[in-house]
This record gives sequence, C-alpha cells and structure tokens, in this order.
Amino acid sequence: MRVLLAVFACGLRRYSTYRVATLSSIVVNGVFGAVNAMVLLAVFDARPRINGYTAEDAVTQVFLAQSLIGITAIFGPPLDLGGRIRDGQVAMDLLRPVGFVRWWLAQDLGRAAFALLSRTAPTFAVGLALFDLALPADPLRWAALAAAVALAVLVGFGLRYLYALAGFWLMDTRGVNAVAWLAGPFCSGMVLPLVLFPDPVAAVLRTLPWAALVQVPAEILLGRTVLPGGAAGGLAYQAVWAALLLALGAALTARATRRVVVQGG
Amino acid sequence: MTSVPLTTPVIDARGLGRDFTRVSGPLLRRRRERVNAVHDVTFSVAPGEIIGYLGPNGAGKSTTMKMLTGILSPSHGRVRVCGLEPSRQRTLLAGRIGVVFGQRTTLWWDLPLRDSLALTRHLYRVPAADHAARLAELTELLELGPFLATPVRQLSLGQRMRGDLTAALLHAPELLVLDEPTIGLDVVSKSAIREFLLRLNTEQGTTILLTTHDLGDVERLCRRVVVIDHGSLAFDGDLARLRATAPTPRTLVVDLAGPADPIEVAGARTVRVEGPRQWLELSANPAEVIAAVAGAHSVADLTLREPDIEDVVARLYSSGRAAAGAPRREDPVSG
Amino acid sequence: MVERALVPYARLAWAWCRALAQYPVSLVLLTLAQLGATGVELLALLFVFGHVDALAGFTLHEALLVYGLTGTAFWLADLLMGSVERLGEHIRTGSFDTMLVRPVSPLVQLATDEFSPRRLGKNVPSAVALATALGALDIDWTPGRAAMLVVLVVSGTAICCALWVLGACVQFFVTEARELANALTYGGSALSEYPLAIYGHGVARAATFLVPLAFISYQPALYLLDRPDPLGMWPHLRYASPVVAVLLCALAAAAWRTGLRHYRSTGS
Repeated sequence: MRVLLAVFACGLRRYSTYRVATLSSIVVNGVFGAVNAMVLLAVFDARPRINGYTAEDAVTQVFLAQSLIGITAIFGPPLDLGGRIRDGQVAMDLLRPVGFVRWWLAQDLGRAAFALLSRTAPTFAVGLALFDLALPADPLRWAALAAAVALAVLVGFGLRYLYALAGFWLMDTRGVNAVAWLAGPFCSGMVLPLVLFPDPVAAVLRTLPWAALVQVPAEILLGRTVLPGGAAGGLAYQAVWAALLLALGAALTARATRRVVVQGG
Repeated sequence: MTSVPLTTPVIDARGLGRDFTRVSGPLLRRRRERVNAVHDVTFSVAPGEIIGYLGPNGAGKSTTMKMLTGILSPSHGRVRVCGLEPSRQRTLLAGRIGVVFGQRTTLWWDLPLRDSLALTRHLYRVPAADHAARLAELTELLELGPFLATPVRQLSLGQRMRGDLTAALLHAPELLVLDEPTIGLDVVSKSAIREFLLRLNTEQGTTILLTTHDLGDVERLCRRVVVIDHGSLAFDGDLARLRATAPTPRTLVVDLAGPADPIEVAGARTVRVEGPRQWLELSANPAEVIAAVAGAHSVADLTLREPDIEDVVARLYSSGRAAAGAPRREDPVSG
Repeated sequence: MVERALVPYARLAWAWCRALAQYPVSLVLLTLAQLGATGVELLALLFVFGHVDALAGFTLHEALLVYGLTGTAFWLADLLMGSVERLGEHIRTGSFDTMLVRPVSPLVQLATDEFSPRRLGKNVPSAVALATALGALDIDWTPGRAAMLVVLVVSGTAICCALWVLGACVQFFVTEARELANALTYGGSALSEYPLAIYGHGVARAATFLVPLAFISYQPALYLLDRPDPLGMWPHLRYASPVVAVLLCALAAAAWRTGLRHYRSTGS
C-alpha cells in the first residue's frame, strides 16, 4: 500500500508541473461549456421542458460534464501504458512486485486528484459565475455526487486501461484511440445530454459504460430518478461497470503477461 | 602574428554577443535579469578549414551556432557567413550551408530515407540531374544503399546520421555546420563519419564547423580549435597548442583484488580511491606504469581513460586564462 | 509568393500524402474517425431539432446551411493549416530550429508537417449538411449569388486559416499554450456551428467585431437566404467576408512575423 501511495503522489506531482496547460484547459472547458450551455438555452427557450429536463438542468449537466473532462479523461490523455507497450518497456513494468492494474490505477488516481483541484473545481466555478445552475440544497445529494464522481473516475480508468491493453494485440492503436475519444464524449452525454437523444438511442446508451461517466453523475446531482432506486441505483450502475471493466482489465493483463513471457516481449 | 586571409572568410564573427532576459523567482515577485550567454566572440574561418568549436555544456556553443545559422539574432557585434548576414538573410543563407544537429533528425520520421531526401531536393530546389548525381555519389561514400528504402524511424542511429549528412549535403553547401555529429554512435560508425568528413573536406573543399564533446572527433578532424567557456572565447589556435597550454593527463583506472592503500608508482599519481578501485593520473608512458602497478599489486582489471574535452577545457581554466596565454586576439587565424 | 510558398507547400503536402499511403488501412480508419468526430456534432444538431422546429427563428435547413458553411471553412482550414497548432511542441523539441535552417518559410514547413488527407474526413458531414441545405432551401440562385457562394467559402476558409495561425503565434510566447489556441479555433468553430442569433446580442457582437467568426457562416448564410439579421446588425456586413478575410490574414501574417522575431531574439 505504501508503494501505491508513492505512485499516487508521483502521478499527482507530475501533472502539477503543467501550470499553463492547466490554465488553458480551464479556459477551453469554460468556452465549450458556455457555447454548449447557450445552445441548450436556445433550445429550451423554444421548448421549456424536454423529457423532464429544464433549461437549468441542461446547463448544469453541461458544466458538470466540462468539469468531469479533466478528472475522467474522457478526451484523453491515454495512459502512458499504451506507449510502453509499443516500445516494449512494458516488460519491465510486468516484473515489478506490485499488481500491474493497481500500479496504473494508483498513478491515474494521482492525476485525477490533481485534476479535481486544478480543473474540475475551477471549471464548475466558471459555470456558476456565468449561468444559473440547478444545485441541490440537500447535503446527502452532494455526498452522492462525490461518490458518483469517484466511481466515474474508476470507470474512466477502466475504459482507458482497456484501450491501452489493445496495444498487446494490435500493431497500431491510433485507430482504437481515435474511436475511443470519439465514442466517449458522445455516448456519455457530454456532447449532448442523453435526455435530448431520440428515445431508442438513449435507451441503448444508458446500458453502456460511458453513461456512467457523465449522464449518471449528472442525474444524481439533479436528483432525477431514471434508474430504479434513484441515486443509489445510479451509484450501483456505476459500481457494476467499474467492477466489470477492472475485472476484464485484470483478466486481459494476465493473458497479455503470458503473451509477453512466451514471445519474450 | 596576425595573418591576412587571402580569401574572404566563410565565417567572420566580430565581437559577437547574445544577451538573454532570465525571469526567475515566484510568480508575484518575478526578477528579470540580463544574462550574457555569449560575450564578445571574435573569430574567422577560411574556406576549406575544419574547425572544432569546443566548450563545456552551457558555455554558449549552441547559442553561437544558432547565431551563425540565423536561428537567433545577435544582440551585439556582427557576423557574416558566406558573405551573408544570417539573421537578415536566413533563407538565402540556408541554401548555401548544410546543418546537422546530432541529437535530432531533419529527416521525416515516417518517410523512407529516399523520399526524405527527395523532399529535401524540393526544399532546396536542386535541379533533378544534380540531385541524382550527388545522391549517387553520397550513397556510395556513405554506403546508404542498403537502407534507402527504409523509413527513417527504423534506422539505427549511425544510419540516421549518415542520412542526415546526406540531406545536409545534397545542395552542395559551402559550409557544413555539425552539432555533435557523432554523439551516441558506436566506434565503427564514428570512424566512418570522420573519414567521410575528411574526404569531403579535402576532395570538395567544404568548410566544416563542428561542436563535439568527443576528443576523438577533434583529433581526427580539426587542426584548429576554438574554445568557448562562460560565453567568452578562451582559446583559438592549433589543437597541438591547446594540448601544450593545457596538458591533460590520461587516467588509469585500476581495479584491485581488494581495498588497499593508494598505489604509489613512478610516473603516476593516485587521485581517487573507492574501495578496490583507484584512479591514477599518468605523467609517464602508460605501459611502464601498468607494468609497475601489475608488478606490485594483484590487479583484477585495468582501464585507460582518454581525457575528454571537458577535462581539457577545465585544465585550460584551472591553469588560469592569462597563464595559459589564452590567445584571444593575437591569433585569430591559423592553419 | 507562388514560388516561395505555394510550390513548396504543395510538394511537402504531397510527400506526406505519399508517406501515409503506405499504411492504407490506418489511413481509412483514421479518416473514418475524423468523419465521426464532426459527425457527432451534426448528429447533436439533428437531435436538437428533433425537439424544436426552429432556433431563434432558424429552421433545421437554415441551421444546416450555417453548420455546413462553418464546417467546410473550419475543416478545410484544419486540413491546410491545422498543423500549425503544434508550434509549441516543435519549439520544445527543437525541431522548429531545423525548419529555420531550411530555405523555405517555416510557416509552410509547419503547416505541412504531417499533412494528412485524412483530415478531409472532418469535411464529409459538413459537406453533406451544406448540400442538403442548399438543395432544400428556396434560394434565389442568380449567377452572382452562385459565384458569391464560392467567394464566401474561400473567405471563410481564409478567416479560419488566419485564426489557426493567430492561435499558433501565442505559442511563440507561451510554448504550452496549445490548448489555449484550441479555445479560439475549436471553440470558435463550435460557436459558429449554430446561427449566432441564438446567443443574443452580446455574444453575437463579440463574435462579429472582436473575433470575426460571424463572417465565416452567419453573415454569408444571411446573404444566401436573403433575410434580415434578426439581431438587427448592419445589413451590409453580409458582404464583408472577403474584406474581413484579407484583413485577418494580414493580421495573422504580422503576428507570425512578430512571433518569429521574438523567437529569434530569445531563442527560448
């Protein structure tokens, strides 16, 4: 555990050196948040209630989504693991006496912790300053949101870990990454809240892991009960996907390790 | 002492200097200070010379190189390269010089070497016939044949360097500027590059300016060296004179069977002891010293280490600039 | 100009195309991915219009016209000039220095670096949107208006190219500012994908006079549709795109020269 804490701290420190990049990200998230919010305000101006969402709900989801970009890395960066698989250094990682998935998870949690303070909080503050957001007064709902964000980070890691692992079987993972950075934002409800999607499409997307990144946390914040059990149902949905993705990641790691050992890297 | 050059110099730097503004300190109490990266550097290079431009890291070598190639504009003094003013006539100058940075390639990573070189032809607008002839010649000299069709990213460092040299020479430049051309190369590749550069210089008269940390490069290639340290010119003259002004002994690294008192033999001085390993500074013939050490101690291993440029320059400085007679102005042109 | 910039540009771009053609599968997949990247934005627009008949008075087909003009201009500019956004990276790794020791404008070398036809994939959704809109809308096609469509698309593309270069120039001063430039380029494209009227007066004015995004698609669309500006801005602005394009390109050129001079006097 001490080792993993050190790895966590290392990930946190590493990202905290990019000050200008962090500031730029906040500006970019703020700009995109504002544009998306204004478009949705125009939509709700024409029709005040869509599938139970109000303009305020939609704008709140937009800024929650922009705030979650940094922490869940929906748009990347991919894990360094992909690069290490490509150049073969991964063989050394596999020799470390620390669980492979845990090692990368600890590092990514370090990154996420830094992003929470440096990107998520300021981006949400930008949203608060520019727009009226629908924020709950109930502290219990904030606690549920905190849990939902934590689970979103785990799901985000689980997905990116699998994208990176694809490198063991594919020669060129650029294609995987390109599709991943495309599917993630769209299927998660970040580009547009899933409530605005045509119903059958939304129904399908609500069963996929990406919904756990933005749509489910947003609905927990807004106190909407789409899933059975309300907030608890949402958290359960996220937790199931996090567990499934991490288990799949671990299983594939074991197979990849055998492959590396057999082929000698 | 001052010899009048018979022809127009290829490089003519007079009082060349470059200041930088360094910003330091915490965000709110930023301090800005002027830093003198290169100060009052004067030297000139005649056509057909091979000059070693030496100095420790951070001495101002690459700053000078950047000013000579037009990447950086000087803050003091003036410089002419091939009769042009680099900072104002950068594009024109680029067509008349070749530049190779040892640590990064000018070739295109994903392109086969042949395509990369063809692209270079278009960039430099070399007529197709000239290009073909020159490429054939360089292909033979540098033995590019086996990997012309290989993408650059798959080349070994030595092969890549040969490719970079070719790219820099296809337009038949008058001056070749090389920044660490042999860095990271194996012994065979190093020697191939050195022999090629010598041939280029003697057969085609290409003037060569190179920076290097490798004393082997300097010994094989440069009759004249210019040493820069802390931004100022510290020495300009024959390599032999540099050695004489700042004699730098070779070091014998001795691994004994076990820890022992410092070795005492004639012709050497023990300068460092670390467990069973000892460092001896040689002042006599290495063979005699080795024999004496082997006779008196049980030796597990021996290594003879050549001094590198850093050592020579450090010597030059520790012996005092005045004492070393650092000929700054008295000897601007030699060879 | 032609010999010093366009010819080397074409040669360098062509060389990259040939290099990428060595990996055809990757090229096709990446083109599809690029197509998808802009395709989802178009999909979002279509989904939105599934709930409403018009946004700020613009119908689906009118909105598609605006989207199509924006996408065409921005993604053509991305194809031609998009690579300049990596200036900071080139400065940090030193490869910008290698561009400076070649006898071709570093801007041309930067713009063509890793030039890839796959970026045309981004143009597919906007081309489809533009074609659909032009086909469905009742536009009074005179020869002048048809010619003007071409002029407007070229002007829009030039404006976007200038924005890309301006964004890159910031990196001469702050090398890590690539994402900041994205706020201008990608943020600008996101903003002008919808008719500016939906954002209200303040934003629309800023997007007209501060960062002239209005001349990429909104004003040209008003011209093609021959309808008054719901925001009530000066009606002659719709003819101004070519002038704005020339002015912005001149500004970008000046910024590039200033940035390059700064770089060469600091060597950072």
